[in-house]
Amino acid sequence: MLEFDDIQYFLISRPRALAARYEFLTFRQPAGGRAWLMGIIEKVPSAKGVGGASDLASRWVTVAFTWNGLRALGVNETSLATFPEEFRQGMAARAEILGTTGANHPDHWVGGLAGPDLHAIVVLFARDVAERERCAREHKEYLSQCTGVEVLSSLDLEGIPPFDYAHEHFGYRDRLSQPVIEGTGDVPTPGSGAPIKPGEFFLGYPDETSLQPALPQPEILSRNGSYLAYFRLEEHVGRFRDFLQQHGKTPEEQELVAAKLMGRWRSGAPLVLAPKKDDPELGKDMQRNNDFNYRTMDPQGYACPVGSHIRRMNPRDTAQNMQRRKMIRRGGTYGPPLPEGAPEDGVERGIAAFIGCASLVRQFEFAMNVWANDPNFKELENERDPIFGTQDGTYDMTIPKRPIRMKFKGLPAFTTVRGGAYFFLPGLKALRYLATLAKDA
Amino acid sequence: MAKENDWTKPAAMAIPKEGYFTLEKGRYGPIFPRTPACYGFSVMAKIKPGTEEKIRAYGKTIEKAIAEVPDALAVLELHYLRWILFNIGKDTYFMYQGIFDTDFDKYTEDAVALFTKLGINTVFENLEGFPMDWKTNAPAFVKFVREHQVPSFLEYAEYPYVSAGEIKKALKLKASFSEMLDVMQ
Repeated sequence: MLEFDDIQYFLISRPRALAARYEFLTFRQPAGGRAWLMGIIEKVPSAKGVGGASDLASRWVTVAFTWNGLRALGVNETSLATFPEEFRQGMAARAEILGTTGANHPDHWVGGLAGPDLHAIVVLFARDVAERERCAREHKEYLSQCTGVEVLSSLDLEGIPPFDYAHEHFGYRDRLSQPVIEGTGDVPTPGSGAPIKPGEFFLGYPDETSLQPALPQPEILSRNGSYLAYFRLEEHVGRFRDFLQQHGKTPEEQELVAAKLMGRWRSGAPLVLAPKKDDPELGKDMQRNNDFNYRTMDPQGYACPVGSHIRRMNPRDTAQNMQRRKMIRRGGTYGPPLPEGAPEDGVERGIAAFIGCASLVRQFEFAMNVWANDPNFKELENERDPIFGTQDGTYDMTIPKRPIRMKFKGLPAFTTVRGGAYFFLPGLKALRYLATLAKDA
Repeated sequence: MAKENDWTKPAAMAIPKEGYFTLEKGRYGPIFPRTPACYGFSVMAKIKPGTEEKIRAYGKTIEKAIAEVPDALAVLELHYLRWILFNIGKDTYFMYQGIFDTDFDKYTEDAVALFTKLGINTVFENLEGFPMDWKTNAPAFVKFVREHQVPSFLEYAEYPYVSAGEIKKALKLKASFSEMLDVMQ
């Protein structure tokens, strides 16, 4: 039922890419933007055929637009008004709702992402750095032939060695809890819940209510599209490691501190299943590493603190309506890894990721507003997500423990939001529609 | 914070006309503050003529639903719900007042999903101006509730800022303690 030949591959499959480049574009004139788009459409693959064994491609291109970008291409005001309010406003205007305040506020964002000139993003995933560089040169040359299309900024990404498993700069194993879309044929790993209705991620399909929400107009533009929330999140690795050392006397204790913040050991082993000691075999076993709940297995949070990152961002059976809160995450790491034992070098490194969903306000903004940044989440009173929440040294983290709980007081910010934006990721027919909009539209 | 909110000291709070002291944006509109009497809302709307009995019948429906599944509304973290029908001139109005421990902007969708499951939402279909396409038009549903929410200008609590969860914990502790004393006899 999913139109794999029209949906962009981005949220459906994950090709094996070790390098990436994001380019943020502005269209100085509609015709130039449309001409650029027309020339790049043929390089944008649909979900059909990407990521499978037969996929011999060495690079994969994705194109998405901000609301201002749709307008800059010539989409008319009547049509623009049918897009949801949060998308029309854009991520920067929603900062207070998202909790991206203080050092995370759009006033401090880099790359021109907070301004109205941001119109489009091109995401390039490549097999390796050499292929990424080749494509970047090619795109640069193509852009030089397009009138009025400029690169506001760009970001290069590379995986962190060792490449045999995905992890971020703090060292946590990543991609352990991914939703499966009904109709893709993928089977959820044990503990990951039932496959989720396509309408939770793609416009034009029934969602978990079994109904199909009204589409932005015209339908050819919105059908098979998704919304993307983009985040560039700097990780302060030196500060993170200092914190572990301050709170753990031995390397084992330090690992436990890291595990309590995340809810998983850095190996990926969940605290609910491995409460006292790391279990790297469990960490990498996808048939076991997500197979747990909180309500019956750890109701008080003695193993996995109620305020830990994974328990906030996916409360599993301790929250309502979970099938309607799932999101698909894509992206990667940027910046050089900080060698173990090296002091903070001041070089920016982090995660630059996309959250794909069908409703930014219901899915993404809920997760930010409530799970990441509500200080009173689960009556914790003065806590935010220890890894991802907006921290300024005034929030705590409670570690439930028998006989008496302990608290990390005044948690430092391990991460800083350096940029973000809301994009609409159209289907391929919609890309063609946009590229051929009448000049006077 | 909790320390400043002393439950032993009854407290009243006068609230500005807007319903909040400083504008804090939620996903669907301004966030209304937690007062000594917790969070809450009072939604008031004119009913469609001739629907009064139909609306009253929902009272029995909810009574039965809760008797069958006592924790059916647990997710809303409610203290109290009050449904009232009253007249102004020839018109009849419905008031839906709830006192609870969550800021309702945060859990709007959970409430809508729950109401749908319990069939509560259909009571709204008897209200004038309610969007009949609410099932596929969540923003319109939220807008209706927002537009008909009337903020309090005074709220009072004998035991301020205490959540339903804390009250239940205290009662549980009291019960366990009495039981322990009984066992020790």
